[in-house]
Amino acid sequence: MRRVYLDHNATTPTHPEVVKEMLPYFEEVFGNASSIHLFGQQARKAVDGAREKLAEFIGAKPEEIVFTSGGTEADNFAIKGIAYANESKGKHIITSSIEHHAVLNTCKYLEKQGFQVTYLPVDEYGFVDPGDMMKAINKETILITIMHANNEVGTIEPISEIGKIAKGKEIIFHTDAVQSLGKIPVDVNELNVDLLSLSAHKIYGPKGIGALYIRKGTRIQPLIHGGHHEKNRRAGTENVPGIAGLGKAIEIVKTSIDKESIYLTDLRNRLCSGISEKIDCVYLNGHSRKRLPNTLNMSFEFVEGESIILNLDMKGVAVASGSACTSGSLEPSHVLKAMGVAPAVAQGSIRFSLGKDNTEEDIDYVLEVLPEIISRLRAMSPLYKRKKE
Amino acid sequence: MSGGVDSSTAAGILIRQGYEVIGINMRLPDTGEVSESGCCGVAGIDDARNVAQKLGIPFYALNYEKEFENEVIDYFYREYMNARTPNPCIICNEKIKFRSLLKKAKGLGADYIATGHYARIEYDNSNRRYLLKKGKDIEKDQSYFLFSLSQEQLAHSLFPLGNYTKSRVRELAREFGLKVHNKPASQEICFIPDNDYRRFLTARFITGKFKPGLIVDKNGRILGKHRGIAFYTIGQRKGIGAYKKPFYVISINKEKNTIAIGEEKELYQDTLIAEKVNWIDRKKLNDSIKAKARIRYKHRESDAVISPLSDTKVKVQFNKPQRAITSGQAVVFYDGDTVIGGGWIN
Repeated sequence: MRRVYLDHNATTPTHPEVVKEMLPYFEEVFGNASSIHLFGQQARKAVDGAREKLAEFIGAKPEEIVFTSGGTEADNFAIKGIAYANESKGKHIITSSIEHHAVLNTCKYLEKQGFQVTYLPVDEYGFVDPGDMMKAINKETILITIMHANNEVGTIEPISEIGKIAKGKEIIFHTDAVQSLGKIPVDVNELNVDLLSLSAHKIYGPKGIGALYIRKGTRIQPLIHGGHHEKNRRAGTENVPGIAGLGKAIEIVKTSIDKESIYLTDLRNRLCSGISEKIDCVYLNGHSRKRLPNTLNMSFEFVEGESIILNLDMKGVAVASGSACTSGSLEPSHVLKAMGVAPAVAQGSIRFSLGKDNTEEDIDYVLEVLPEIISRLRAMSPLYKRKKE
Repeated sequence: MSGGVDSSTAAGILIRQGYEVIGINMRLPDTGEVSESGCCGVAGIDDARNVAQKLGIPFYALNYEKEFENEVIDYFYREYMNARTPNPCIICNEKIKFRSLLKKAKGLGADYIATGHYARIEYDNSNRRYLLKKGKDIEKDQSYFLFSLSQEQLAHSLFPLGNYTKSRVRELAREFGLKVHNKPASQEICFIPDNDYRRFLTARFITGKFKPGLIVDKNGRILGKHRGIAFYTIGQRKGIGAYKKPFYVISINKEKNTIAIGEEKELYQDTLIAEKVNWIDRKKLNDSIKAKARIRYKHRESDAVISPLSDTKVKVQFNKPQRAITSGQAVVFYDGDTVIGGGWIN
């Protein structure tokens, strides 16, 4: 059976070049990057090299990069670290209602600790309105955190504009760029951000490694205490193979991002128009243009997203109904809910997220098996039958 | 697939018989209860997944929390509040497993759903009906819990364990290389692992809803106080105070909020009315029939005459009085191994 992986927003296959880059750090170059001796120095060289590559790629200085265990830790570090370091100035945080749970649940945790959090609404495309944000700012506001691109629908937020407002008001601004990095340009200066979270496994790097960019001069409290690693900002022996892998993934994506963006946009549009031609009562979620090139979120009315996923899985096609971190819950996606998608329609939503290895044949295979699945499921829906009569 | 030995082995048997099998775990609400055997609920998922991996079949954990909450736990609570003793397993079978899950399975293109129930389904050519029969292992027979299934539901169900004894099932599990072969049997009510439904009700629902009232004898003489009718079932001895003779709960009156107690002999009755009757081996009951009737799962089925009162209502007249006939429990009628039908005792 043909196998088609269309869940790259959940994770990507590790690039063979990345794996090759990592291997020596499991074997001969096994040293602890904090050790004085040669073994340590060799490992340190890998860590520093990766840090430089990453910093350059996002327009930062190497010392502004702190490696973490991944995107979730970076988000936690940014939000809690800023909140605790600045609570004497105020206890108000602004975020959006469509953030990843790594941000949302961290904010909810801080609410229990006595912080106030404003969850900004979004419009039908998933955009945060900078005007709304302006109004939400008060004297107590110490942090604004808005994602760069949404993981479920792909909508790209006006981060640069929001960053300008934050800068003008001297409020620290964080963005979760886990989903946008490697897919669209990410430059910390163009985006006007003070902190930025990223993760390796979304860009064909390994799992278990990510980073937080922290603009020089930003006061932050560490989350993990221990040794003097990462300039006292993140204790724990450096994940040298992971860091080396992240560096390599960045190096590869840097050269391929422009071409891939065009390729994936075409491929995705082929999927989208194919679905729209072959299946009725489908809706696109998110903005048609200001969207990640690889992401397609569609609602199939009168069917449950879960049933579509299982049926596609049995045909060898891997897709998701929103974030992988929330699968298993029947609650309609919080993102679609915030966008005002009716719950019944939101339940039938599927996220197709494409990657560099997908081909036109992959897309055509999906277009071959999907209509049959949808019509079988709809045949069981009394609501659909009524509509057709 | 709950992760228990029965559903795991059922999957193994089907594979051996040449079926294409998909494993489904139904995720039920985390009631905050910790189950030792980890059968139902979240803890069972890991075992079920492990079994599916071992058997080499696709496996999906599907979320039935909300439906279970609305259809089963709510019913469970409501029945006790209405002075009845619920049977959540039958409702779960009727509304969750053989309705929602069956629908899901059809959506996956499956022909049947299979469970680890000890019961059998046979097609009766002459009558053109699917028959529900007792499992070969009479000790484990679970046909009682399945009486409310429709012909449509039975037509799309398989019970691969129906011809096996529990000990043979454990042997088969070992043959299939399943770690769960020696897992302890699950508790009676999956969402109340310690079997203390009273504690469950107070832990889960607003205590203010349980109104204390009076304990009386059959003549209305006040003997004591009770904590709320939900905490009592017919035939119960504990929690009603100490008396010269052993006393039992004889009846529960919701309107007056009283519990009547009396001697054991007062627990015996020879008739009952059953409602929402479902027939399996026939379309309907036209005339009175003789049958064996079972008034709770572990009850020894007894001779009775079943007479139709309406399409969905019957009178059951036992040859001998039965102990503690309880509203809310099911009465199931048998002709030998075959389930004739059943209904809910009122």
